[in-house]
Amino acid sequence: MKYLPLVLANLGRHKRRTFLTIASVALALFLFASLRTVVTTLAATAQFGGARRLVATNATGIVFPLPLAYANRLKAVPGVEAVSWANWFGGRYGDGKRFFANFAVDAESYLAMYPEIVIPPDQRDAFLRDKSSALIGKRLLTQFGWRLGQNVTLQGTIFPGDWTFTVRAVYTPTDPVIGDDVLIFHHALFDERIGRAGIAGWYIVQIDNPDHAAGIAKAIDDLFRNSSAPTKTGTEREFQASFATMWGNVSLLMGTIGLAVVFAILLVTANAMMMGARERTGEVAVLKTIGFSDRLLFTLVMLEAGVLALTGAAIGLGGAKLLYKATNFNGMGFLPGFNVTSATLLLGAGVALALMLASGLVPAVRAARLPVVQALRHVE
Amino acid sequence: MALVEIRDVHKSFQRDTQRIDVFTGLTLDIEAGSFTALMGPSGSGKSTLLNLLAGLDKPTSGVVRVGGAEVSAMRPAQLAAWRARNVGFVFQSFNLLPVLTAYQNVELPLLLTNLSKKDRDERVRIALGVVGLEDRMDHYPRQLSGGQEQRVAIARAIVADPTLILLDEPTGQLDAKSSQEVLSLLQRLNAEFQKTIVIVTHDAHAADRATAVLHLEKGDLIEKAAAS
Repeated sequence: MKYLPLVLANLGRHKRRTFLTIASVALALFLFASLRTVVTTLAATAQFGGARRLVATNATGIVFPLPLAYANRLKAVPGVEAVSWANWFGGRYGDGKRFFANFAVDAESYLAMYPEIVIPPDQRDAFLRDKSSALIGKRLLTQFGWRLGQNVTLQGTIFPGDWTFTVRAVYTPTDPVIGDDVLIFHHALFDERIGRAGIAGWYIVQIDNPDHAAGIAKAIDDLFRNSSAPTKTGTEREFQASFATMWGNVSLLMGTIGLAVVFAILLVTANAMMMGARERTGEVAVLKTIGFSDRLLFTLVMLEAGVLALTGAAIGLGGAKLLYKATNFNGMGFLPGFNVTSATLLLGAGVALALMLASGLVPAVRAARLPVVQALRHVE
Repeated sequence: MALVEIRDVHKSFQRDTQRIDVFTGLTLDIEAGSFTALMGPSGSGKSTLLNLLAGLDKPTSGVVRVGGAEVSAMRPAQLAAWRARNVGFVFQSFNLLPVLTAYQNVELPLLLTNLSKKDRDERVRIALGVVGLEDRMDHYPRQLSGGQEQRVAIARAIVADPTLILLDEPTGQLDAKSSQEVLSLLQRLNAEFQKTIVIVTHDAHAADRATAVLHLEKGDLIEKAAAS
């Protein structure tokens, strides 16, 4: 501790350079934490899914609907306990630029199948009773200042027109992957407004035993194989994973960019540290003359690198953690449960430590090995 | 009694393909409590001798002994610890750390000891008091005159109560008045505190203050005289 004033005084020698170096490290680690959290959030999303839930989509692609008439046939498949269905709506709110996930579901069967969506009983009843009502995540309540009983109008994008719903219930998800900023409304209303087209975006099928999943999925697909809309059925986890796979290259890209940024910052920091050490060759010689040992000088230079790297890390990683928590960030609903995890913070601290070693080692060894007589000639 | 014993010291440097012999069998003693001036033209080996005494450099052969310790045989880590306890060094260009105050500069050698913060504080204040700068302790080097900077450097050299104080042209960058002040201070340290002082100088006035003067020429001791 008694050497700390010396370390801090050296760092204060070029305040602007020190500030910029710390800011560079902070920015690098903020980006590192952010990009890694995108990747971990996508991975968590891919892992979501009830063991007893299958999802059936149109085999041609998820953008193609399935006939609503499939519901009863699905219920008849052996091992199937319940069937629900949903449609992506894609409406926008307010000035048309505010976007959050919203879809139409067969409310009663859907909520029965998703115990992760927790709703106060009276609100649940109110939502189920009112066909023109909406169930919203608690975040939407605070984000837009909505209240129960209020009418909310969405502008349809896929299904044009103004769609007005009365907020009757607010849910809290027990699993962050579900997201707390989704608006759910009745499929019956949806079907009525689009002229009783009788379509479902996808089916959710509850089965009796997770071990039967593969057999039941095959049975469902076999059932519709020769129809005009064949199905592709899999577990809900596979369904989620297919979305995450769509992000797969993005994840790789983000990981690569993150590493490149950290590496670039490392070079900048290492350069700044080495410049600082070079400028102080004479002072190192003077300290050696006073009696500072090679080992002590090595430690002091490493400490300087440590203060720079760890201060930057604390700001960057702490900033990412606090900022995303305070703003409840979820990437406009695409990254539900976005949270900088302890593992990411630990990994970031490891990166900072590596940064400290990489940037401090060369100048520290140089200071320790400096031939004092030769260096003093530069001083005198 | 000799504090410093130099026995048959050879020192040579290699410059490109050329070998330069600075000392070829130098032998001399420096008495404890003396104030010795080392004089001689440039390249005569004055600074090299000072570096050997401080353990900053090693002789090619021969023995350098200070206070009974064979400095020339010590390993680098031992030398650093020995230097911290036994040597105070003053440079021509002061060499205070610009980012530290006068107080912090003087405290530097004490950081290498096991003294408590309170004891360090007491010693720094005494050292700055001895050089007459107790009212400048919070000033940075850039806020001090050349003479004051050199006095802070002297305070730094004496604060750990070393056996030997070595000065390399300490008045070389000072005006006449500041030079006299610094030389008076060194004389006082020698007379009042019995410090053994070795000063490399070109300045005849500085040599006048010494109790012994050694003249070096091309690495040879050509004259050893008691100062006037």
